[in-house]
Amino acid sequence: MAAGAASGGSATTDTYKEARTWLLLPAWVTLTILALAPVFMMLIYSFLTKEFRGGVIWEFSLSAYDQFFFDRGLFGDEAPKIEWTYVTIFWRSIWQAGAATLLSLVIGFPTAYFIATRSESMRPVWVFLITIPYWVNLLIRTVSMKFLLRDQGPLNDFLINIGLIDSPLHIVNTNFAVQLGLFYSYLPFMVLPIYAAVERYNFALSEAAADLYASKWTTLRRVLLPAVKPGVFAGCILVFVPSMGSFLAPDLLGGAKNFMIGSLIEEQFKGNAGNWPFGAAASMILLTMVLIILMFSARQQAKADKAGG
Amino acid sequence: MSDKVNIAIDVRDAVKRYGDFTALKKISLSIMDNEFFTLLGPSGCGKTTLLRMIAGFEAVTEGAIYLYGDEIENLPPNKRPVNTVFQNYALFPHMTILDNVAFGLEMRGKSKSEARTKAGEMLELVQLSQFSARKPSQLSGGQQQRVALARALAPQPKVLLLDEPLSALDLKLRKAMQLELKHLQRETGITFIFVTHDQEEALTMSDRIAVMSAGELQQLGAPTDIYERPHNMFVADFIGETNLLEVSVDGIENGRATCHLGGGHELTCNAVEGVGIGSTVHMSIRPERLYMSETPVETEGLHGRIKENIFVGTDITTIVQLDEGPDFVVRTSNSDRGNKRIFEPGVEMFVNMELGAARLLVD
Repeated sequence: MAAGAASGGSATTDTYKEARTWLLLPAWVTLTILALAPVFMMLIYSFLTKEFRGGVIWEFSLSAYDQFFFDRGLFGDEAPKIEWTYVTIFWRSIWQAGAATLLSLVIGFPTAYFIATRSESMRPVWVFLITIPYWVNLLIRTVSMKFLLRDQGPLNDFLINIGLIDSPLHIVNTNFAVQLGLFYSYLPFMVLPIYAAVERYNFALSEAAADLYASKWTTLRRVLLPAVKPGVFAGCILVFVPSMGSFLAPDLLGGAKNFMIGSLIEEQFKGNAGNWPFGAAASMILLTMVLIILMFSARQQAKADKAGG
Repeated sequence: MSDKVNIAIDVRDAVKRYGDFTALKKISLSIMDNEFFTLLGPSGCGKTTLLRMIAGFEAVTEGAIYLYGDEIENLPPNKRPVNTVFQNYALFPHMTILDNVAFGLEMRGKSKSEARTKAGEMLELVQLSQFSARKPSQLSGGQQQRVALARALAPQPKVLLLDEPLSALDLKLRKAMQLELKHLQRETGITFIFVTHDQEEALTMSDRIAVMSAGELQQLGAPTDIYERPHNMFVADFIGETNLLEVSVDGIENGRATCHLGGGHELTCNAVEGVGIGSTVHMSIRPERLYMSETPVETEGLHGRIKENIFVGTDITTIVQLDEGPDFVVRTSNSDRGNKRIFEPGVEMFVNMELGAARLLVD
């Protein structure tokens, strides 16, 4: 049988290759139009000169990047100093997205584990229940969250009524509110990949660990987590990346002090006050940062795998 | 008290129910220290459930389990000094072979280096030292099997539980592993409880066998007991090949029972407790205990005609039709061809057996 496959090999491989090229064509076209072209356009725009009422003048310029990193005074004629404003916004975005990811992981992992350990017939029901809130528009959900969390909102009313607190907690317009908003926006992206990983997990491994005198906690840490790590990794990326560029939750729940990079970019393209090249440059910087973070974590993951956990 | 110490595992009136379904119906059995004990039965008979109850993976609905005199049925698995070799090995895929074997030792409080040294010795015992840095997926099924064994033996459990550990291996490897397991058990002196549905495997390896069916214990005894003196129809049929015949017991005298098997054929065999005169029961006769001759050797030679001879390597299986009676299967070993005769199909002859070859069964 092996000999037969080898002798007839080259001809079939060629036809197969050709067929594959044609069959993959739609995917390539879609990717080019929807992913590569917009990024490429953004890249070009970030190197153009701004038009004052929005839009661009087709003239090469580095001023968008310059404005991001350097402060040359009000009229642009002073010696360049490092501009901290945008870097700070950037740093805050990373931090907020990271906190939201951690929160999603802490809540999402047990949820995913719970669903994956239900009977086979109940699992789709639980997954369905998880996704129901996401049928409602994100904007409406975020606004509702603001109403729930505000000083005179139901949450504070409830906490005061049961006597846990005397005066309302100020949650809205804090970093924490933004983290909550991001967490709530992207939680299913954490739950679903982890659920998929835990569902494939061989629970005999947990039994083997318990049989070999491991406590529940040790079993989780040394056996379950390493086995479902790819799912956890995917979940973290799927929450972290959109959180980084999100602007709804920071705008509505964070107020002016908790500005994130997504809001900064959004403003550059809104109305007449915008600066398209600057917005494009900030987008490219965001994209670069996210890519660096992803590549870094992927390398860490590969290293850990090689070391053998 | 000393009696108690010799009992490794004592299962008393253990019941397991899943909702309305009863998987185990009040099982009691004692497994001795240093014993190679096998739970044998078809799938769904409750043997794996019982093993998992001893390991601690299944709760006991009713009854108790003792390990060297200590009641253990309420302890979680990580608090029981027994280890399991799982059916599909359940090796930790992200750990090396060495770390897999060291895991249990580490969990029992050994330092990492100490655990690894001991694990290395265990791998030597199963002849896998050269693979210690590999991951389980890089090993063959037989090698993974031996790693699972080393991992379970490393913490020196008081009892080793083996859940159909050889079922995923091919025949040749399985035969080799059967012997290896038996030797390991003798060398380590650890009590082995082995679960299998393969009666040949059970007969080869065990000191004692518990035959189970439908959540009940059918017979418990040494392999020869179970094979030669099956207690009931299920055991006779499940263990080995046999001629199962319906007979009526006409008389019992001096411990001998005279039985009729239709067509005017008569047989004498040892009487059995629980089978009285006038009862209609089944009789089991192993095919290799029968032989054929031209004239009856004893008075009760059964007259019949050869239907077919089937060559099966080591043996020849002959199917005989008795006059107006049932079909008989006779097996003649090829090494016995000098003493025992084979007849051509269609030839008339007599089927003979010694007293004791036929066994009456309590249905």
